[in-house]
Amino acid sequence: MQTARQTGWMVVRQARNLMREPIWIAMMVIQPMLWLVLYGQLFSKVTPLRAGAGSYVEFLTPGVVCMNAFFGGTWAGMAMINDLDRHVVDRFLAAPASRLAIVLSQVVRAGITGILQAIVLLLVGLTLGVRVHGGFAGWLVVLAASFLLAMVFAGFSNGIALLLRREASMIATANFVGLPLMFLSSILVTTALMPGWIKAISRFNPVNWGVHAARNAVVAGGQWGSSGAYLAFLLAATAATSLFATWCFRSYQRSI
Amino acid sequence: MDAIVVDELRKRYKEVQALDGISFAVREGEVFGLLGPNGAGKSTTVRVLTTLTRADSGTATVAGQDVARHPNRVRRAIGYVAQDSGVDWEATGRENLLLQGRVHGMAGAPLKQRVAELLELVGLAESADRVARTYSGGMKRRLDVAIGLVHKPQVLFLDEPTTGLDPEARAAMWIEVERLAREEHLTILLTTHYLEEADRLAERVAIVSRGRIVVEGRPDDLKAGLEGELVTVELGEDDGRVAEAVAVVSAAAGAGEVHVENRFVRARVPHGAQAIPLILSALDERGHPVASVTTSRPSLDDVYLHYTGRDFAREDEEGAA
Repeated sequence: MQTARQTGWMVVRQARNLMREPIWIAMMVIQPMLWLVLYGQLFSKVTPLRAGAGSYVEFLTPGVVCMNAFFGGTWAGMAMINDLDRHVVDRFLAAPASRLAIVLSQVVRAGITGILQAIVLLLVGLTLGVRVHGGFAGWLVVLAASFLLAMVFAGFSNGIALLLRREASMIATANFVGLPLMFLSSILVTTALMPGWIKAISRFNPVNWGVHAARNAVVAGGQWGSSGAYLAFLLAATAATSLFATWCFRSYQRSI
Repeated sequence: MDAIVVDELRKRYKEVQALDGISFAVREGEVFGLLGPNGAGKSTTVRVLTTLTRADSGTATVAGQDVARHPNRVRRAIGYVAQDSGVDWEATGRENLLLQGRVHGMAGAPLKQRVAELLELVGLAESADRVARTYSGGMKRRLDVAIGLVHKPQVLFLDEPTTGLDPEARAAMWIEVERLAREEHLTILLTTHYLEEADRLAERVAIVSRGRIVVEGRPDDLKAGLEGELVTVELGEDDGRVAEAVAVVSAAAGAGEVHVENRFVRARVPHGAQAIPLILSALDERGHPVASVTTSRPSLDDVYLHYTGRDFAREDEEGAA
């Protein structure tokens, strides 16, 4: 209870700090739109890619929602590094702050950002002719996938931040992880067209779990059981990476 | 009752023995100064007492609670103003304080009222709703102090509270600390590597060197413990005969203690006015030119030199390097 309340206040703090960065807000809204428009145009004539979706943009939208969520997650550790550098973390540690709340607040904040960006993307998608075939439930699944994916990678990113504690190393790691995971998923291309080995790896890629869940909801407008299973996987992965981050936090505490 | 009891704490960081059996006690309601150069182990001591780190061996209690066994009870009882400011730059002064209060389980009107009261107390009422990024160094530091006080702690740790502040802000900070000690009925553990700061603020000081307490007591008692006066002779030139000059001074002054630093020879004598003519004529006789002579009452600096055999300023630079 105490942990939940403290997590809440710390999320409020981080969200409020971000809201004071107009450039950050602009980037948060504009960047996903750019992905959608650029990729959507670039591949629009390649019919086989979209695997029966009404248009390539419709195929792409759930993919870009997921891409955006997990990219955002991989960068979430930057806020932790900033707090470490500014000694805000030590300040909380010398007070009866829940250790879990310090870590979880970063993770949850990334998840909320993921939801907001997913909403923006879906709205932009609608103007480009995308239909969410799953209706209201479809929207919920897409938002849940975005929320969870962002948190999976935010947990991982915060753990790395606590281990490396340097911005440059953090940037290198985020880049190293981000692009490969994107290409090892069906964000841009339907699974049927992937080479065998990529297809094999992609089954274990959390990004791909999110993409499948979201695409079921948008393009197929069904297969709820499959979507639900993927979301459950993502929830388990969120728990795993959050535990990893908490463990890294203990190791940080031991080092000071 | 003692608010802080430290018994034989040891802590090793890889190559460095940061704490080497440090022991001291701080009485309830007093301002106690840990004085020592950079790297002496002051901050490590504070980090152990504020539960941020664990000692390898030894025990410590703060406000009656063991720091290793009941860290959360200790955390509730203490305020911590770290050497490095813990202010969230992107939040306003008020938001910083509100969040800290909430971490301590405070809420609602009492919290808002306490925050307003503290902002007034540290002179930030007018800038309370500005983002802390826009604050000056002194303002951030005062906000740090307020953050440490939100929950009305019994014990306040001030780790190098004025390091990095300009002289004006430092003087303001000193007045602040004096007032807090009076009005908030706090026990304050202050660490500093400014001798004058310890002299001014602390009722008792303990001199820390290489992870241990070298001596402790009231600043005046420590200074009085060094009897007599200090004569400082500045030799005219460094002609390679400094050692010889030191011997001359030592013999002429009948001084027990003589220290040398560059061209400055410092001797402790019972009566400065009587010793100076003797010292000068002896140096003149042997052909040692003298640039200047001064006498002074012993300072904490001399206390440090006396008990460690090392010059404070020089050790401070080495420790920082």
